[in-house]
Amino acid sequence: MPERTRAIQNALRPLLWPVVALGLLLIFNAVCTAGFFTIELRDGRFYGVLVDILNHGSRVAIVALGMTLVIATGGVDLSAGAAAAIAGAITASLVAQGHAPWPLAIVAALAAGLLCGVWNGVLVTVLRLQPIVATLILMVAGRGIAQLITDGLIITFQSPPLAAVGNGSFLALPMPLALLVGVGAIVALGAHRTPLGLFIASVGDNEVASRLAGVPDRAVRIIAYAACGVLAALAGVIECSYIKAADANNAGNLLELDAILAVVIGGTALRGGRFSLAGTVLGAFFMQTLTTTLYMQNVSAEIAPAPKAAVVVIVCLLQSPSFRHRCAALFARRGSP
Amino acid sequence: MLALGGVDFSLRAGEIHALMGENGAGKSTLIKCLTGVHAPAGGDIHLAGAPVRFGSPRDAERAGISTVYQEIGLIPHLSIAENICLGREPVHRFWPHPIRWSAVRARARDALARLGLSGLDVRRELASCSIAVQQLIAIARALDMSPRVLILDEPTSSLDRDECARLFDVLKRLRGQGLGIIFITHALEQVEQVADRVTVLRDGKLVGVHDAIALSRAMLVSLMVGRAFDHVPVAAGSSGAEGVGSGGAKSGSEDALLSARGIGRRGSLEHVDFTIAPGEAVGLAGLLGSGRTETARLLFGADVMDRGELRVRGRAARFAAPHDAIAHGIALTPENRKAEGIIPSLSVRENIILALQARSGFSKRLSRAAQNALACGFITSLGIKVGNAETPIAHLSGGNQQKALLARWLATEPALLILDEPTRGIDVASKAEILRAIHDMRSKGMAILFISSELEEVVRACTRVVVLRDRRSVAQLSGVQVTEQNVLNAVAQHHA
Repeated sequence: MPERTRAIQNALRPLLWPVVALGLLLIFNAVCTAGFFTIELRDGRFYGVLVDILNHGSRVAIVALGMTLVIATGGVDLSAGAAAAIAGAITASLVAQGHAPWPLAIVAALAAGLLCGVWNGVLVTVLRLQPIVATLILMVAGRGIAQLITDGLIITFQSPPLAAVGNGSFLALPMPLALLVGVGAIVALGAHRTPLGLFIASVGDNEVASRLAGVPDRAVRIIAYAACGVLAALAGVIECSYIKAADANNAGNLLELDAILAVVIGGTALRGGRFSLAGTVLGAFFMQTLTTTLYMQNVSAEIAPAPKAAVVVIVCLLQSPSFRHRCAALFARRGSP
Repeated sequence: MLALGGVDFSLRAGEIHALMGENGAGKSTLIKCLTGVHAPAGGDIHLAGAPVRFGSPRDAERAGISTVYQEIGLIPHLSIAENICLGREPVHRFWPHPIRWSAVRARARDALARLGLSGLDVRRELASCSIAVQQLIAIARALDMSPRVLILDEPTSSLDRDECARLFDVLKRLRGQGLGIIFITHALEQVEQVADRVTVLRDGKLVGVHDAIALSRAMLVSLMVGRAFDHVPVAAGSSGAEGVGSGGAKSGSEDALLSARGIGRRGSLEHVDFTIAPGEAVGLAGLLGSGRTETARLLFGADVMDRGELRVRGRAARFAAPHDAIAHGIALTPENRKAEGIIPSLSVRENIILALQARSGFSKRLSRAAQNALACGFITSLGIKVGNAETPIAHLSGGNQQKALLARWLATEPALLILDEPTRGIDVASKAEILRAIHDMRSKGMAILFISSELEEVVRACTRVVVLRDRRSVAQLSGVQVTEQNVLNAVAQHHA
């Protein structure tokens, strides 16, 4: 079916540059970083640098999936980190004080994330606030709410099953990766097996025309923000489980910015419209690989953000057709004076 | 001069040169090569005998080629004066060179005076002016650069007759001053009125350069289309005549699909009555700003009416959003195709199925096979010129975009299709195809509400015409009364 192959080609095209960038980074490590690709199996579980990357990258990737949907509608969610902090605070305090068994605590945390997302969605659609302002409100207020829940303390808990969410393994791979696979499948099915993906891209590309075509634009936006809230909460639960504590001040700090970067590197434009979930996941793992690479090259954590930013700029430029065009023109001129 | 597909084009000083061709013929590409937007892949450009190369639109402007594009490239929230002088503001001699606002305003007033718009307050915000006035301001801005060549890409598409005539006077005066003017239009009579020579393009090739005097309308059309032009079927004139100026529609009649009584909205529409029955084509006629588009938007729920009564199949209806109107079987192709119609980066397939999918809601996704079948079916039946259904719709020419939007609504099989300027800015062949499609839909029992500034089209396509003036419905013509002259009389008539 030729129409089908064309559609698949269109879906794969945005993945080219994230794949190239990740590939180059891996090649660099293969040459320059000793032991980068070493993986060993101990106690029924893989260990190694790559496994760590998958483990830590998954958390950002989960948030970035939700962020992709929001950005595709032409919005942005700055409150993802705050929502993660709230979720962590709820999980830890419910379990530590023995108010609820751990599964119920997780459900409560995800419900809080949903509430955060719906709140953002309503501010954006009903009150027509600009997304950056609307979500900034919760970004600032959210940490306060998390502090209120934890009473300003770092709450630690003892619950082996809850700790397994962030530290355990599934089929010898880190649990967060398994969660990412599960969540990714649900988001992809939700976006592409229902009309939601079409509606999101359509609203982000031309809101007025979408409304005139009968697309329920408000519902579409609210669903996108709600999904982002739930996924941010899941990332918050994973982080809290990983450190077996809730730290309202630092949990999920700058998580939203990492997620936005992952989305942009993954080839989804910030102005909205077409989006690529697979690109976003690649983008998240690229960011994590870059962080780990710098760490292993003995770049101190204090100055690592600077070289990281430089690489991000290069990757973003590579994705811009007009920049590639200009580069090509430059080389062509040199070739034939 | 050589551009796209080996096209030669020349412009003399002191002439008005019409550039014509169907959508996709290459007019825009030619213009973009001349103005430095695209670098021509081959050939060269001479200005006043000397070879020139433009790396950017700014280069071309400096060399004296000013362009007014079809989509008015002005900044809505700046004042008229700021828009006219933007980027070339007169400044004080001394650092830090502050802008001399009084000089900006004086220059803007001068530029507008050349167009006969001396009464306009140049401190007004641009967005508060009508589209027609904005168009003239865009031309004033182009003239402020004292160009040698002025390029106008469909400058008349949003102007009414008087405004066109005023614009043509200005063009003739500029021609007298030795300016070379390239003028893109689809309106044949405008070529007769104002052009000295005509260049016709088709499929990226040069068809011919002719003196306008030696060219008849029929010849021009056949040059553009590349075949003898077959006429659109004339709507069968049917039934009962109602008096001109009777104002009231046959209200509440049982067989009416939709009836509106006194509908309006504060600040946009005063009072409009009309009814439409299944299989009927009703035209809305009136000057620019008479409330045609506003009526369409109220009927479609794009704006919410705050007075009057709307009935669909005899039952009272209230539309809070387009979604509600669509559920009642109403469809609208909006006037502004680019801003309100197409979803530019989505494919032709996605654009075509969007409304049908939106009506089915979130739970029922159209299968991929069904989507492809729908899209390919309409691409064939409406003759949409596109490589494949997965091409982004933004890559299509205006006429083909319009056909795809028509397909979007035909896919929902509406009971009433509202077409707001469906033929604006598109070529003769697409126009004829769209008018023929309208005729087919009617014969299948669909009701059509047709809005067009081209009276000839309204008269040809419709069995009844509702005339609007000053945001009110003032007259209704039907059957044999539907002639251009009668409609014009009704439009021009003053309140008795």
